[in-house]
Amino acid sequence: MTDHTIYAYRRENGRVGIRNHVVILPVDDISNAACEAVASNIKNTMALPHAYGRLQFGEDLDLFFRTMIGIGSNPNVAAVVVIGIESGWTNRIVEGIAKTGKPVSGFSIEGKGDIQTIADASYRAKEYVQWASELRREACKFHELYISVKCGESDTTTGLASCPTVGNVIDKHCALKGTASFGETSELTGAEHIVSAKAANETVRQQFLAAFEDYTRLVFAERTDDLSESQPTKGNIAGGLTTIEEKALGNVEKLGKKTQFVGCLKPGEAPGGEGLWFMDTSSAAAEAVTLWAASGAVVHLFPTGQGNVVGNPIEPVIKLSGNPKTVATMKEHIDLDVSPILQGQMTLDQAGNALIEMIVRTANGRLTAAEALGHREFVMTKLYRSA
Amino acid sequence: MIHFLIHDSADTVGVAVVDIQAGTDCTGRDLSNNHPLQARAEEYIPLGHKLALKDFAPGDTVIKYGCEIGKVVQPIRAGQHVHTHNLKTKRWA
Repeated sequence: MTDHTIYAYRRENGRVGIRNHVVILPVDDISNAACEAVASNIKNTMALPHAYGRLQFGEDLDLFFRTMIGIGSNPNVAAVVVIGIESGWTNRIVEGIAKTGKPVSGFSIEGKGDIQTIADASYRAKEYVQWASELRREACKFHELYISVKCGESDTTTGLASCPTVGNVIDKHCALKGTASFGETSELTGAEHIVSAKAANETVRQQFLAAFEDYTRLVFAERTDDLSESQPTKGNIAGGLTTIEEKALGNVEKLGKKTQFVGCLKPGEAPGGEGLWFMDTSSAAAEAVTLWAASGAVVHLFPTGQGNVVGNPIEPVIKLSGNPKTVATMKEHIDLDVSPILQGQMTLDQAGNALIEMIVRTANGRLTAAEALGHREFVMTKLYRSA
Repeated sequence: MIHFLIHDSADTVGVAVVDIQAGTDCTGRDLSNNHPLQARAEEYIPLGHKLALKDFAPGDTVIKYGCEIGKVVQPIRAGQHVHTHNLKTKRWA
């Protein structure tokens, strides 16, 4: 396929973003109020309130910092104001984001209180948003987009139509030396042999199987039943999916027919180069998309069967569906209808090209359905209880 | 009109791509080779739900995408609805 020209923001580090957010980022739960006040004072900024950031430790704390720094570093973000209760962890996040070269400043509340902090941070946020408003989109290439993929509220049409459409795009994008990532570790159960056969080499295959087996151990350690109402979900079952194996086999249609994956990423970790990457994620939509946004993905492809309505504040989520009932009853949520595949009236190649056209339009500035409807689900993954 | 699809020639269930009324003589298609298929629905099969393409006994394995998707826990006759009432996971049980 042609490497389409897109009009996007080339950031200080050379990475390509398709949105131009000024983010007011809380370090911790108790700084949410100050961040929301700044975002209320200064128009066209966005606070990202969340539930964590206190007394985390070990691998869970590493994931917390990776997520915070990754979100601020995402190329869809022009500049960041970070607010935390104290200066230590606030500065650690500021320094991490500053490595991208983008404008970033930190403010801490202890010793000043909310009102003074909000005033100081608002002055800086105003400078940033006016600066960002003068940045211009420039000609970039489609393959420079880092694309993430995950389905939600899947049904059997997902495996027949919308997931293989995404797979068609993955094959075309990776052939152009683009970067992409898939995950949903538990939701590969029953199709792990298909995924492991797509590993580019034995090291990658062993890394994937280790992550998969680790998640399987978690399920067996914590389960109280066969997960038959959690995974598959009630919505999956209403749509005709019966078992996790059936759901997984539809899920992996997103990986394409030709593409091998070149590496395995920890949750929220940035890919080290071009190609398709596995990321160890939950299969819950908002958690997983937030991890990909933290890893630097700038656009997400989201096949849905029964109509998951998820969005993300940083990474636009493009929804496609192959279920003609969902396309009719939830049309405000669906960016691309691929249901004609079911009657043989659209080929996968045609559907893939239609999805590429929708990605180009989204990259050029078209708001996705989830953006227009205000879906900004920002859900951080937490590995275990805080200290 | 296509009533049901299968992913692989080895599949023992088809997926309804329209709502299928009981007693319908159905037209299907094998997506792996585009060959036409025929089956009779003995029960109502909603869009997206599975139609048995053979008889199954408890303990049998159901094949879709050419792969195992679970074990049969109640007898199923060809043309009946296959779902959570007669098919369970083999993996997290």
